[in-house]
Amino acid sequence: MNIVETFNLTKRFNDLTAVDHISFSVRKGEIFGFLGPNGAGKTTTIKMLTTLLNPTEGTAKICGYDIVRDRDMVRQSIGVVFQEPALDTMLTGRENLDFHARMYGLSREERTTRIEEVLKLVNLVEKRDTLVKYYSGGMKRRLEIARALMHFPKVLFLDEPTLGLDAQTRRTIWEYIKRMNKEEKTTIFLTTHYMDEADFLCDRVAIIDHGKIIALDTISNLKNAIGNDVIILSCSQPTDLRKRLEREDWVKSIEQHNSSLTLGVEMGEEKIPIIVEISQKIGVKIKSISVRKPTLDDVFLHFTGRRIRDEKDANSSLEKRSSFRRRGV
Amino acid sequence: MRANELQAIYIMWMRQMKRFVRSRSRVISMIIQPLFFLIFLGVGFRNVQMPGLEGSFIDFLAPGTVAMAILFSSMFAGVSVLWDKQFGFLQEVLVAPVSRFSIIIGRTLGGATTALIQGLIILIISFILGVRPSSIPGLLLAIVFMILIAFSAVGFGLVIASRMNDFEGFQLIMNIIMFPLLFLSSAFFPVKEDMVLRTLSFFNPLFYMVDGLRGSLIGTENSIFSPFMDLIVVIIICVAMLSLGSYSFSKSEV
Repeated sequence: MNIVETFNLTKRFNDLTAVDHISFSVRKGEIFGFLGPNGAGKTTTIKMLTTLLNPTEGTAKICGYDIVRDRDMVRQSIGVVFQEPALDTMLTGRENLDFHARMYGLSREERTTRIEEVLKLVNLVEKRDTLVKYYSGGMKRRLEIARALMHFPKVLFLDEPTLGLDAQTRRTIWEYIKRMNKEEKTTIFLTTHYMDEADFLCDRVAIIDHGKIIALDTISNLKNAIGNDVIILSCSQPTDLRKRLEREDWVKSIEQHNSSLTLGVEMGEEKIPIIVEISQKIGVKIKSISVRKPTLDDVFLHFTGRRIRDEKDANSSLEKRSSFRRRGV
Repeated sequence: MRANELQAIYIMWMRQMKRFVRSRSRVISMIIQPLFFLIFLGVGFRNVQMPGLEGSFIDFLAPGTVAMAILFSSMFAGVSVLWDKQFGFLQEVLVAPVSRFSIIIGRTLGGATTALIQGLIILIISFILGVRPSSIPGLLLAIVFMILIAFSAVGFGLVIASRMNDFEGFQLIMNIIMFPLLFLSSAFFPVKEDMVLRTLSFFNPLFYMVDGLRGSLIGTENSIFSPFMDLIVVIIICVAMLSLGSYSFSKSEV
């Protein structure tokens, strides 16, 4: 059963199309990932799905409710953790949860039991009466996740849940996300630009770039699309070697990135001697060569021709994003 | 209105009250400024003779400083929506299944309550300094004026907050709009005898607030209009400011 469905969802800011006719659906109970570089349109999509922005064109349904016409019902069915922290730091953890509970119309008994429950889920019981301004970054994130769960949402939206956190804290947050998906049976929609995060958490992933979905499948299927193994090599004349290798039918995909080539193949170990032989024949010197299992990073490269953290690209999209923000989005 | 909405209004109000109690330094500085005006001007000029001044100067000054305290702190409360915008908390409020109308009501009630508390503190201090209300009904009417001033200024604050993205602009508006309007409102000196000042003040919304507060609290010797006439004008200003404020708030974030 589909719990989120979008139909040609589109958002334009003046002449910039941030989200461009995307249609996809999220199944009940899964962890669905929206993966793309900064400025790809992830946050804009989440803002439309959570009723903070109206789509320019198209629409979406959450639990069967239309995001434009049945706003209140949509709001009642979802929980949201925004990219930037959205806590009142002058209130304690418990007060933040109580504020949320009352805004969502929970009764007194529901409030007290639920606050205990969600605090336990994210291990913040001892900190509940401390002002949030004394919380660490990881604690704030955990409190926000707990708060988003307060009113038993059917779908939970997480916008870059581990942005700016250290490696260890990210791990813990991941554990919590897995846990609430399992224990609370909450469907989770998350955006990330971290490959490892999507790899670890998601059942299915949509890859979004320049406002369009360029691939959508289970993680293993996406990886299989580029072959079971990835061979990375760096050499003296990458262009020549690439042109020569493109003619081999066992090469499922090939990407050139500066002086290195990335190949998707089956049974990678057996292909290394073949590649070495070919390159010697055409006089290309191989500096290094290695085989590994494909990651989502390779998948992204395969579909977009770019690595997800391309320096230049990240910068220009950051500019785009800050100009959205100036418009009060 | 659903029970849900009342809960939301209550908790929006409660949040402001908690923040108010916890940000002691801000509250103290907001009370101290009008208090300095009251004490230093009031004591310093206690024997001064001014054209148009009847009775003692501190009696004249007290309503002016009470109005100033309420105006500034409720404007600040309205503008503090900007804070929520910058710290992201506004998003948490806006995704909740609560109507914009209830959010604005909760916010306005909270801001007006905190401002009113500060105004009452100044009023009590002025009683300690020897100011005496003219009558009990007069005092009650003065409190009605204080409430109306608080709501109008929260509304004005909301208008400003929706037009600005940072706090520098707020400081500018305080210094180049609010202070001159306040000085020309007869809060600190009478404008009765000077025809230019007097005519100008008729276009100054703060004038009706100060004049009405003074007329009801101290007596009508120093006020230009009758308190009831001022009351009507202030009610109109209040309704206009609140509607404009909530309109700008609901438009500013989609």
